[in-house]
Amino acid sequence: MYIQRLLPNLYRDSVSLMQLSAALGKLPGVEQASAVMATPGNLEFLRQAGLVNGDVVPRPNDLLVALRGKSTAQLEAALATALASLNDESAKDIKGAVAEAPLRSFQMALSGAPQANLALISVPGDYAAAEAMKALRLGLHVMLFSDNVALADEVALKRFAKERELLVMGPDCGTAIIDGVPLGFANAVRRGAVGVVGASGTGTQQVTSLVHRRGGGISHAIGTGGHDLGKDVGGITMLHGLGLLARDADTKAIVLISKPPSPAIAREVIAAARKAGKPVVINFIGSTEDPSGGNLHVSRTLDDAAAAAVALSNGRKPGRVAAKTLKVPRVKFKKGQRYVRGLFSGGTFCYEASALLGDVWSNAPVDPKRAIEDPWKSREHTLIDLGDDVFTRGRPHPMIDLRLRNDRMLQEAADPQVAVILLDVVLGYGSHPDPASELVPAIEKAQGISRKKGRSLAVVASVCGTDEDPQGLERQEKALREAGVLLTESNASAARLAGALVAKLR
Amino acid sequence: MSSLFGKPLSVLNEGIASFADAIVQRGGTATRLEWAPPAGGDRAVGMALARLVNHPTVEAANAKAAERYMAAQPRLEGIGVAREVLPHLGSRMILHAGPPIAWQRMCGPMRGAIVGAILYEGWAEDADAAAALAKSGDIQFEPCHHHAAVGPMSGIISPSMPVWIVANATHGNRAFSNLNEGLGKVLRFGANSREVLERLEWMQKTLGPTLGAAFEVSKELELKPLMAQALHMGDEVHNRNVAASSLLIRRLVPALLKSSASAADAASVIEFIAGNDHFFLNISMAACKSMLDAAHGVAGSSVVTAMARNGVDFGIRVSGLGEHWFTAPAPVVNGLYFPAYTTKDAAPDLGDSAITETAGLGGFAMAAAPAIVKFVGGTPQDALANTLAMAHITLKRNGAFTLPALDFAGTPACIDARRVVDTGMLPVINTGIAHKEPGVGQIGAGVTRAPLACFTQAVTALATEVAP
Repeated sequence: MYIQRLLPNLYRDSVSLMQLSAALGKLPGVEQASAVMATPGNLEFLRQAGLVNGDVVPRPNDLLVALRGKSTAQLEAALATALASLNDESAKDIKGAVAEAPLRSFQMALSGAPQANLALISVPGDYAAAEAMKALRLGLHVMLFSDNVALADEVALKRFAKERELLVMGPDCGTAIIDGVPLGFANAVRRGAVGVVGASGTGTQQVTSLVHRRGGGISHAIGTGGHDLGKDVGGITMLHGLGLLARDADTKAIVLISKPPSPAIAREVIAAARKAGKPVVINFIGSTEDPSGGNLHVSRTLDDAAAAAVALSNGRKPGRVAAKTLKVPRVKFKKGQRYVRGLFSGGTFCYEASALLGDVWSNAPVDPKRAIEDPWKSREHTLIDLGDDVFTRGRPHPMIDLRLRNDRMLQEAADPQVAVILLDVVLGYGSHPDPASELVPAIEKAQGISRKKGRSLAVVASVCGTDEDPQGLERQEKALREAGVLLTESNASAARLAGALVAKLR
Repeated sequence: MSSLFGKPLSVLNEGIASFADAIVQRGGTATRLEWAPPAGGDRAVGMALARLVNHPTVEAANAKAAERYMAAQPRLEGIGVAREVLPHLGSRMILHAGPPIAWQRMCGPMRGAIVGAILYEGWAEDADAAAALAKSGDIQFEPCHHHAAVGPMSGIISPSMPVWIVANATHGNRAFSNLNEGLGKVLRFGANSREVLERLEWMQKTLGPTLGAAFEVSKELELKPLMAQALHMGDEVHNRNVAASSLLIRRLVPALLKSSASAADAASVIEFIAGNDHFFLNISMAACKSMLDAAHGVAGSSVVTAMARNGVDFGIRVSGLGEHWFTAPAPVVNGLYFPAYTTKDAAPDLGDSAITETAGLGGFAMAAAPAIVKFVGGTPQDALANTLAMAHITLKRNGAFTLPALDFAGTPACIDARRVVDTGMLPVINTGIAHKEPGVGQIGAGVTRAPLACFTQAVTALATEVAP
């Protein structure tokens, strides 16, 4: 069955007609279809394709619709479709924005944002070093949030950047604040006169949010990543950041935060700090060295460092801090209850608590001899960093997903020797939008388990955050307090309180 | 430094999208990237690329190569016979499209065309004998590109064929192309029947000499203005050449009539050209070749100077990487097919005509020819978007070729192999589709992309050439 229809003096370009032909060919009952200008060449072509039977006289100014199929009705329907399509004069909207190509590379992004001065990179670690190198080559400072970057790559990136006076924060840099703008996991803090260089993301979050809580403010907080102060990298970013803050007119006092560096690097950092020309507070977490004197002030805890920095940035001397009195509430523990179990989402909080409590087992121990064999199973006093790779493989970080920690809390509550659960709660950009809403039910459940056995379970926690954080510090603390949590302002105080609660339980 | 402090913070955010939200909420500026692993996720290539981004050696070399491309002035000088004007063409040599390929690996249309060329040259009596001769190794096969030449589809040039001569007046280099036979049963699609050979003979005996006589009268023809005018008339001078072919014949007719050619020859030549919307294509290709050859051979440059396909392999050449071809399997073209044909009938991408895209025309100038985008069911906005996207993988806007639909911006030109790998945005190519069997001819047209693997190889090679 064939249908041929000539449409006189109707011109369409060949591409439109091919498109129409393809559409007609898909209609039910149509075996082959073609819409062409009826030139001799096109007619010959259709004849060869078996679409034209009999003689059709070439009429180059006419449009020919040729259809072949089984039933006349279906072919008539197809022809009607063709005519409707050819006669469609509805004006198509030719305006409408041209789709912008998605920005795939820094170079591409720079063409639209030439003023950009920092690349924030959080791509998978396998690709992060290459991305950072490209950013540096394009003259951008870099914050490398990504982890799992090879140490050799970190050294190469930082040396390359140093020659060009560019800053590389990271790899594995969780937190920074530049010009009041939070980068990565950071708290909303007011602008002010305290500058921070931190090798620890949560350490920096604790200091910046405590500075804010105590009325101070942050000029800039620079992150270095956890390997910067090792001997391979040699503290390139810490020294660079220190230099930047020393020259920055807005910064009146500087805080340096790190786990204890290798001795040679520590000497170099301390020497540079002495030349900063402004007060520098050093918190080498867990270190007992004390190079204080002149413009240098050593703090044992992040809490003390924040307090000292606020005072110094206001031109005051830091007060005596260690003797702060601790209010220890009475808790009626059952006989046999005596251990602290700390469950941390921030590695530095875990480490600081270990340093303060002393004899604890941990998967991130201050004393290597106290490394726990099985991080899934607590023994005696145990502090666990749930941000450890062991726990985060295939799972979101515990600051975002609280389920693993909540499950562990129930496991600890069932242990008759456990007296105190010690927690950190981290607010700020990037963290869980409402951690109390998930913690409170778990805490109540844990206390229920303990109560059923005639025990009392003390839950001690500190919330790291500010009133400007999206989660709201006050709202979070209120919900926790109402659940019976013993709250302190800082992680160090929480650790001390936990220690005091079990001190007499021997 | 320190540009980090004291200036408003403006962040390029690559990775976790919510980080950009926090920056904006706290008064910073963030540009959101939609990142995907470059180089198809190959880390080694990614590192090689990272070493080359904004590298001073490469930047300087590219500036020089781009300047040479821009300064080139292709002029159509006339017609010659291949054996007389191609400097290194052997007496028993046949040139073909794309990167080098042996007879054993050639696709159907190319084999058919070679058989046709052997018969045309009179080196064999019949098709079987011609195929046996081709297989025997007695005929040399080399890419057109190795002879400053280009040819569409199978791109066959044999010693007796007439060729266009394009000279770059600025740098003195010449480029060549065969003459377009029209559509239907033609050699470039692998047809080699009597009518094909008769047409080739007519082209040799009548078309070539008659056009030659016209050029005796008109002397050379500047090609950049003609191509620029055609872009304003809806051509992109690759897959749509109707305006350029019309402009060409408007220049040729007066010269033909004033020339020594007989009225009968002049009439047959005019009729032939007037019946072929693609007649200008081969000239467009030679013009592009002459501009890109001028940009070739700048040490350290990542500018792509050729993209070509032989129906099996897709190959590219890069200015700073000598005569080497970086190849990958040629893709099958996504497009519209003539009735009764599908992708199953298609030969993989074929021909030297992607030289037009390499020069910033064709698919790169799609904004000039919105009708082309309908081959893949797109809209005129898609045509504009394609051109704008290509600006992200090129170094220049060519002011000689402007685009009315983009407020007369120049066409994006000088493909940077680094940018292709970094963005994963592959050069877009408008092209015809050949049937995989010799002699059937064109069965559709569409849009395709150059394979990423060509560019990742080139970037790796350049990283070893350029000191860190």
